Amino acid sequence: MTDDTPVLEVEGLVKHYRGRAGTGTVRAVNGVDLSIGRGEILGLVGESGSGKSTIGRCVARLTAPTAGRVRLLGQDISAMSRRELRPLRRDVHVVFQDAYSSLNPRTKIGDIVAGPLRQHREGDVRERRGRAAEMLERVGLPARTATRYPHELSGGQRQRVALARALVMRPRLVVADEPVSALDVSVQASILNLLLDLRSDLGFSCLFITHDLSVVEFVGDRIAVMYLGGIVETATRQELFAHPQHPYTQALLSAAPVPDPREGRAGRRVVLRGDLPSQTSRVPGCAFHTRCPVAVDRCRTDAPVLTGITAPDHLVSCHLVTPEAGGPDITQGGNGLVHHTS
Amino acid sequence: MTLLEVSGLRVTYRTEDGPVLAAKDVSFSLGRGEILALVGESGCGKTATAMAIPRLLDDTRATIGGSVLLDGVELTALSERRMRDVRGKDISVVFQEPMTSLNPAFTVGRQIGEVLRQHTGLTRRQVRERVVELLDLVGVPDARRRAGSYPHELSGGMRQRVMIATAVACDPKVLIADEPTTALDVTIQAGVLDVIRDLREQLGTAVILITHDLGVVAEVADRVVVMYSGRHVEHSPTAAVFDRPQHPYTIGLLDALPARAALRGGRRRLTEIPGLVPSPATDPDACQFAPRCPRATAECTAARPALTGADGGDGHLVACYHPGPRRDA
Repeated sequence: MTDDTPVLEVEGLVKHYRGRAGTGTVRAVNGVDLSIGRGEILGLVGESGSGKSTIGRCVARLTAPTAGRVRLLGQDISAMSRRELRPLRRDVHVVFQDAYSSLNPRTKIGDIVAGPLRQHREGDVRERRGRAAEMLERVGLPARTATRYPHELSGGQRQRVALARALVMRPRLVVADEPVSALDVSVQASILNLLLDLRSDLGFSCLFITHDLSVVEFVGDRIAVMYLGGIVETATRQELFAHPQHPYTQALLSAAPVPDPREGRAGRRVVLRGDLPSQTSRVPGCAFHTRCPVAVDRCRTDAPVLTGITAPDHLVSCHLVTPEAGGPDITQGGNGLVHHTS
Repeated sequence: MTLLEVSGLRVTYRTEDGPVLAAKDVSFSLGRGEILALVGESGCGKTATAMAIPRLLDDTRATIGGSVLLDGVELTALSERRMRDVRGKDISVVFQEPMTSLNPAFTVGRQIGEVLRQHTGLTRRQVRERVVELLDLVGVPDARRRAGSYPHELSGGMRQRVMIATAVACDPKVLIADEPTTALDVTIQAGVLDVIRDLREQLGTAVILITHDLGVVAEVADRVVVMYSGRHVEHSPTAAVFDRPQHPYTIGLLDALPARAALRGGRRRLTEIPGLVPSPATDPDACQFAPRCPRATAECTAARPALTGADGGDGHLVACYHPGPRRDA
């Protein structure tokens, strides 16, 4: 592996779940490509049912993809057996939203953090205890926390423990699935700061999954926007927020409430009509055409491909984006729009 | 003109571990057609305060003190029977999770109609027509057909619209909305917030909006009450609380927001509020934020600061000995 090999490369990832009898197949992820470089944080943002968590689960191989490739440090892990995966589990760890249900309530914090070391038979008891203590200190918890149980800690402290456990093996990739969504803003701020500090110190890459645009704008180096099982746009944080091209990205950004009365109320807001189509349905053409205010006939029949149209590192999957004009302006669209200028 | 006047409201829960003081001496007023936001983090007492108004707290566990005047009528003194008339007709409530508030066994039309049958003398035909009107009002497309749908056939956003339609069926004076959009995706949330704003425009409904989301506050509220540990620490018109926050806690809360960090175009660093919220079992005669406050002095732990007018007037109140805008840089 050379220095510029991405830590993670995903190609054509598909994950379908068989539903209950008669309900049809749940098409959670329908062909996703993405990559994460060394030390990079990729923010994967989308609404409920967009498939963002499923991608996280496939990347960490908590579930096997239906089709497609997942390469971790250049090695294809998509079809590996549990035994083959075991050594690779050192390199990818997961942090979930709810640290309370992902930490064993009967295990002391010190043993929780040392857990991965034990599974990978690293060092002896004393050494493992030392490494766990060091990790607890790095995440800003006092040494005495090691002898406590999860229920004795606050939500923010539990999330610090989850981070310590995920990082104790010094993995190359951390999959963080809504890690701050259950926390109050003042606590959320400290966890986000901590994540960025640890990334600078330890140099891991991160797939950061969230529904919260302001969080992803703060934490993501690059951002991928998901809709109904596919990525519709990928760009650097600055580029995506300054020049969103895909109509869905534009709608999402315009819908997010801005905590500044003048900014928010003065801005034009686009409210999408309708709901997300069912994940069991197969939408022909562009997955977003049923709600897109600027869709044309072609969008209903031909599926667009995620490509760089205006710049090689700004990928978008929309027929209406052109090299000259960039993305369509959905506030100029016809039906399905409600404008609020007051 | 004042519609609702809450003064010295106290809510105490009895628990196995002793009393929990959920709301301590909260006062505010609500004018006709006004949207007032109660904002704060988990456990600050915003829901206890709001639910004490229609007396929706469990009598066996919660005691309510203080006064709640609705159009001059003291609600805390009403009999339970009179109170039942007030709920649904004068004051109604929308909760965060619409699926648990709707009965899965009845069509949404029947559930909205139930409120009308309880509180009005409309005929069956009139009730049916009114239900369709209400669904139209909250932006449910194809209202006549949707009235025959069961809750599970609707999406989260549509269910929340149905809840709002139920709540405003009898044209209440006050609508209490407890985190009405927290369980919804942002693109759906935007539509529901529009509905709340439209109701105020069209029906003149006054709204108490309980939320933890300062973005939602900025989008819809006219005035804001910021709560911390069961007390209101700042009370102001919405624009002023964002432009000239006075209380160190309010400032901390705003600076912790990733969206504000992005807006200020600053470094990738958020402001943290050190420490933890105090135990809800205690109510010392001191500023409860003092242990976490960068401005705290001996004065702050000697006596509780009163809510007083801040610089700039226009009804901006703050409970702090050292109020004022940011002092960094």
